[in-house]
Amino acid sequence: MARPSSSPNLVTAALDKAVHWAQTRSMWPASFGLACCAIEMMATGAAHNDLSRFGMEVFRASPRQADLMIVAGRVSQKMAPVLRQVYDQMAEPKWVISMGACASSGGMFNNYALVQGVDQVVPVDIYVPGCPPGPQSLMHGILSLQEGIKAGEIVR
Amino acid sequence: MSKPPDIVPGDLEAPSGAPELAANELDAAPSDRRSVHDLWLSGTEAPRELGPFTDEGAQEMLAGESPELLADQTGTLVDDDYEGSGRSHDDELQIINMGPQHPATHGVLRLHLELDGETIRRVKPIIGYLHTGMEKTAEALTFMQGSTNVTRMDYLSPLHNELGYSLAVEKLLQVEVPPRAAAIRVLMSELNRIASHLLWSATSGFDIGALSMMIYGLRERESLLEFFEKTTGLRMNHNYIRPGGVAADLPSDWREDMVSIIETVESGLADYVTLLLGNPIFIERTRGVGILTHDECLAFGVTGPVARASGVDYDVRKVFPYSGFEQYDFEIPVTTNGDVYDRFLVRFEEIRQSIRIVRQVMETIPEGDYRTEDRKVTPPPRARIDESMEALIHHFKIFTEGFKVPAGETYQAVESSRGELGMYLVSDGGPKPWRLHVRGPSFANVQSLPMMLADSLIADTVAALASADPVMGDVDR
Amino acid sequence: MTTVPAELVGVAAAFPDVEFDSVLGDTVARASRDDVVGLLEAVYDAGYEMFIDLCAVDYLSRDPRFDVAINLVSVSQSLRLRVLVGIPGTDSKMPTVSTVYPGSNFYEREAFDLFGIEFSGHPDMTRILLPDDWEGHPLRKDVSVGSVPVQFKESNKAR
Repeated sequence: MARPSSSPNLVTAALDKAVHWAQTRSMWPASFGLACCAIEMMATGAAHNDLSRFGMEVFRASPRQADLMIVAGRVSQKMAPVLRQVYDQMAEPKWVISMGACASSGGMFNNYALVQGVDQVVPVDIYVPGCPPGPQSLMHGILSLQEGIKAGEIVR
Repeated sequence: MSKPPDIVPGDLEAPSGAPELAANELDAAPSDRRSVHDLWLSGTEAPRELGPFTDEGAQEMLAGESPELLADQTGTLVDDDYEGSGRSHDDELQIINMGPQHPATHGVLRLHLELDGETIRRVKPIIGYLHTGMEKTAEALTFMQGSTNVTRMDYLSPLHNELGYSLAVEKLLQVEVPPRAAAIRVLMSELNRIASHLLWSATSGFDIGALSMMIYGLRERESLLEFFEKTTGLRMNHNYIRPGGVAADLPSDWREDMVSIIETVESGLADYVTLLLGNPIFIERTRGVGILTHDECLAFGVTGPVARASGVDYDVRKVFPYSGFEQYDFEIPVTTNGDVYDRFLVRFEEIRQSIRIVRQVMETIPEGDYRTEDRKVTPPPRARIDESMEALIHHFKIFTEGFKVPAGETYQAVESSRGELGMYLVSDGGPKPWRLHVRGPSFANVQSLPMMLADSLIADTVAALASADPVMGDVDR
Repeated sequence: MTTVPAELVGVAAAFPDVEFDSVLGDTVARASRDDVVGLLEAVYDAGYEMFIDLCAVDYLSRDPRFDVAINLVSVSQSLRLRVLVGIPGTDSKMPTVSTVYPGSNFYEREAFDLFGIEFSGHPDMTRILLPDDWEGHPLRKDVSVGSVPVQFKESNKAR
């Protein structure tokens, strides 16, 4: 639910804005590349579509050092507890982008083996559709997340 | 830095600065080399026997019990043989878990490493974290939809998966594709091989420590992905090669694109060779590391560049040719050392040979149809649907029920960038496969990891794993 | 005995119950589960050094219900061979071939995991692809694909 970003008090409103602005600058992703989407995620971090413009080219291996988890790929039943464990290890504030059709809803694999949508395991902020979503789509998703944070709509 | 080596096709020599392996390093004593049957069995971890508790100040107590232990601890016995036999005390074995979420396991592979200090005694790969039930899904999709499913298995060479599947279906259908379609298939699959090897060199170089390789490899790959997007509509997972031919013809200016791609890739390759192959640090990290012998490759069914680096002269394109590969002139690089360095040599040379094939396709590709005329298999062109009732009916049948494939079974293999990719297809005469089993090359390659990593160091795990190039989509399906 | 390739004539003579056939250009040998390990040893000696694949197929209404297909390649002679073993639906067991071809280790575990066929003598007969506590064998034909109805989720704000 949207919470108005302006508080009645002038000082805390400005502080809120500053905090949200800071949260969006250089969010470090935790590397959670699973399948084909991971390759497109790597391509987004590479030279042509450069994530390092946003300070995000460092994919932290340790979830404790990351703020953003991009679930890139299909999450199988065996992987779901691992996903939850990695998410739990991240420190607040943290966000989740579900990248690709398989992560968002199970994709074309509506069967016994996959979790039908990663939002059954972790809370998701942005869904990026595509199979796989190209770097431009993923970028759009990341920038939408940043705008949502700055506007106070995605609250942590 | 020494001069970058000039690798002449068919003549794979390490650069002059690289130390050759002494003959006796490869013929390790039998006790030092795991036997092919000594794989980690679950539940057989040796029970920990707690020996006498050692403590810094308690060395005198042990003098009577084990003079070697005392000599070791006081430093009077200098044992350089860290890999070995001198001081393995079983109570010091430790199990470390690597993965499934790990920056260097190339996907969701989990490894249990049993360590004695830094030396790896046993390795147990645990897979299944990407199991997608694709073989079950294949039974629910029609034959024409099958390539959308199969293409996502080995997601770094999607066109190879599609090619294998289409060839298997065509074998059961007893349908021939037109020669132009076969040539387009060869072109696309060789371009895919180049793209896959570029990505592999990017991630492997990155894992070994050459961080800029990630940017270089992916940069060169982008030019290939642009061409794929132009021709097939997607950068990855194209669904382009379908039973009966290909989905669309090549764009009219494809030859100019080929010229520019070849130029980009060749200049990039020259950069990688300079950056990696002559570099003494790289040589230290890769020479003699992750060795897999010729017989081990055969016993485990390891194919592809890993096997060719160990001396197994087997490439499906040469031995069981398909899609017209026999008319092109190319060589298969084979080396004998079987270590990580050789796998780099083999894959770089394969990129060159693929470029050679692409050039030949550019010159010899015939004009004609890009898919078979048999309207029971391939849908009619969209314009015809307005004109002809028959075309409309064929279109309808193919897209709703699907075309029926005569009952039978077949096994069709193609040479993917990782090795022999086989499709075992069983049909019961209906519009959907009865059983589709995909033999992924990485499944067998991951199985050989315990042999590759036996008695090596943890730091070598990453290099050896990177050189085996496992793609977990292939392993787990 | 229809078409026996030249290099397997000796093997065919030693195993009279094994049927050799040529299917769409592939050499196929059908063996019983008692003969299969001996057959593979003989075939290995005849030059088929490389193990390629082992998989299972569920024919449901046929007797025997399952087929285990073993694909082999002779690198030295450039030949392929496929060995089919019929396994009944109850008492779905077969001796392991990993004593002859160590590469079949993971493949047998996969067949056990997805079909429930046990390979006696296998060093580690456990699940490999599915979680260890999974019940059932999903690739059997009497098990459904497991699809769930597609859920259209409400988004929390109109965008």
